[in-house]
Amino acid sequence: MKLNLALAQINTHLGDVTTNLEKHLELIQRAQAAGAELIVFPELSLTGYCLQDLVPNVAHHASEDDPVFRPLLEASQQIDMVVGFVDEDHRHRFYIAAAYLSKGKVVHIHHKAYLPTYGLFDEGRFFAWGDEVRAFDTRFGQVGILICEDFWHASPPYLLWLDGADLFLFTSASPGRGLGKQPALESARWVEDINRAYASLFTSFVVHSNRVGFEDGLNFWGGSTIYDPNGELVSKCPYHEETLLVSEIDLNQLHRTRARLPLLRDERTALTRDELDRILGCNQRK
Amino acid sequence: MEHKKIDLTINIDTARQILTGFIHSEITRAGFSRAVVNLSGGLDSSLSCYLAVEALGAENVLALCLPYKSSTPEASEHAKMVIEALGVQSLTIPITDMADALINRFPDMNRVRQGNIMARVRMIVLYDQSEAFRGLAVGTGNKTEILLGYTTLYGDAASAINPLGDLYKTQVRQLGKAIGIPQVIIDKPPTADLWLGQTDEGELGFTYDEVDQLLYLLVDQRYRPEDCVEAGFTENFVRTVMERVKRNQFKRIMPLIAKLTNRTVGYDFLYLRDWGT
Repeated sequence: MKLNLALAQINTHLGDVTTNLEKHLELIQRAQAAGAELIVFPELSLTGYCLQDLVPNVAHHASEDDPVFRPLLEASQQIDMVVGFVDEDHRHRFYIAAAYLSKGKVVHIHHKAYLPTYGLFDEGRFFAWGDEVRAFDTRFGQVGILICEDFWHASPPYLLWLDGADLFLFTSASPGRGLGKQPALESARWVEDINRAYASLFTSFVVHSNRVGFEDGLNFWGGSTIYDPNGELVSKCPYHEETLLVSEIDLNQLHRTRARLPLLRDERTALTRDELDRILGCNQRK
Repeated sequence: MEHKKIDLTINIDTARQILTGFIHSEITRAGFSRAVVNLSGGLDSSLSCYLAVEALGAENVLALCLPYKSSTPEASEHAKMVIEALGVQSLTIPITDMADALINRFPDMNRVRQGNIMARVRMIVLYDQSEAFRGLAVGTGNKTEILLGYTTLYGDAASAINPLGDLYKTQVRQLGKAIGIPQVIIDKPPTADLWLGQTDEGELGFTYDEVDQLLYLLVDQRYRPEDCVEAGFTENFVRTVMERVKRNQFKRIMPLIAKLTNRTVGYDFLYLRDWGT
């Protein structure tokens, strides 16, 4: 089974959801015309990243009644999509969220579970912490979504793997930092290394959609990638440039890689659970 | 004890791509398409001018030459070299009359006060021309001088955007060389040119090459002062630099506001400048 997947490596307008929505609809149309069946937008693609006190003003609810989601859900009749937004729950907590839309329905919403609040990041000040990591069914198989810092930690991808995800959809608004001798920034190299490692360790597809552009002095480096279950690079967008890249993924590669390398079959989940119980139990006693 | 040489080499193409992208993005989304740069004839302002031209086109950049009576003739010659090489519009506005109108009222005024006045008069001209030219003021301060506070607050430190602020002086030199700044500008000793014979390194008491390596360890790599001494820097040098960095923090932040209400600019009224764009 083949999947034509579009990486929508876009720039966004900070706090201007209407303008960002227009760009989404335009790219969705272009991706569809190019034969894509799934388009993945970056983290907070509908709002921009450094929202600070704008957070409550740009929040939306992923439903047909919402003026932003209505046209997206309509468009999802033709093409599946992952969009990034600020989700306000019924208790008025605000989450960095990604929604998977398909056939006019909201299939899954992921709330970012790890909010970086160190260095240049201040997410924990403005957002609530998500508390679930779940794989979900799509017409392309089991999928898992994580947002940026979520996959800087090893446990969320591991949990998704055990929960059945074969296709990992990672989204970021990753500020570029660490300029040295090499062409790629340190932050870019780090993310590429771990995504390749996840693809190899979990013998799965790892898709990463990262944004570009600037917010004040921060640059977002793009360089969106797809790695296959062998850890091989399938495609990569350029650094720092807006790009719509449609690539064909051969989902049958899962069969071939796992026939050769049965890491999933041999994963000792009971051992992991027992040891975790022991480790966490120990910590409680301290 | 000698310390190991710390390599501050940067990738030129990546730096250039990010910095020109930054200038273009931050000027256009503010509703402008043009830039104004104060050219001193030195390396930093030359590089800002080159980057602004690369980002916006020569026709959209105005270079200002603002000599004081004590400025060296080389400064003007070097600024002229940059203007001619880039084909930018330029204006020469001597600041002597403006600065001396204040300086002459105080016959005992010391060099620091005089230097600050010159830097601030240049700022007034820069911002006036930025309004006249409908362009934003592009800054020229590098990371070394920002950290050391070797700058005049509201003088040469003032700008709308500063593409050089996260590059150490030695990295400015690398980028300047690669981007084609005339060699004579790269090779000459850096100077604020506020009085005859002044040089940055003479006044600071150490070289940029040396202090950049130390700052890189202290700031970027989060070395503790004692770790720097262990790495081979002399204790006195580390202490002097640390003290400078600390003492000049006031130049790196907005004026302090006394908090009274529930929502105060700077503390809990938080928006980027790019708000809504």
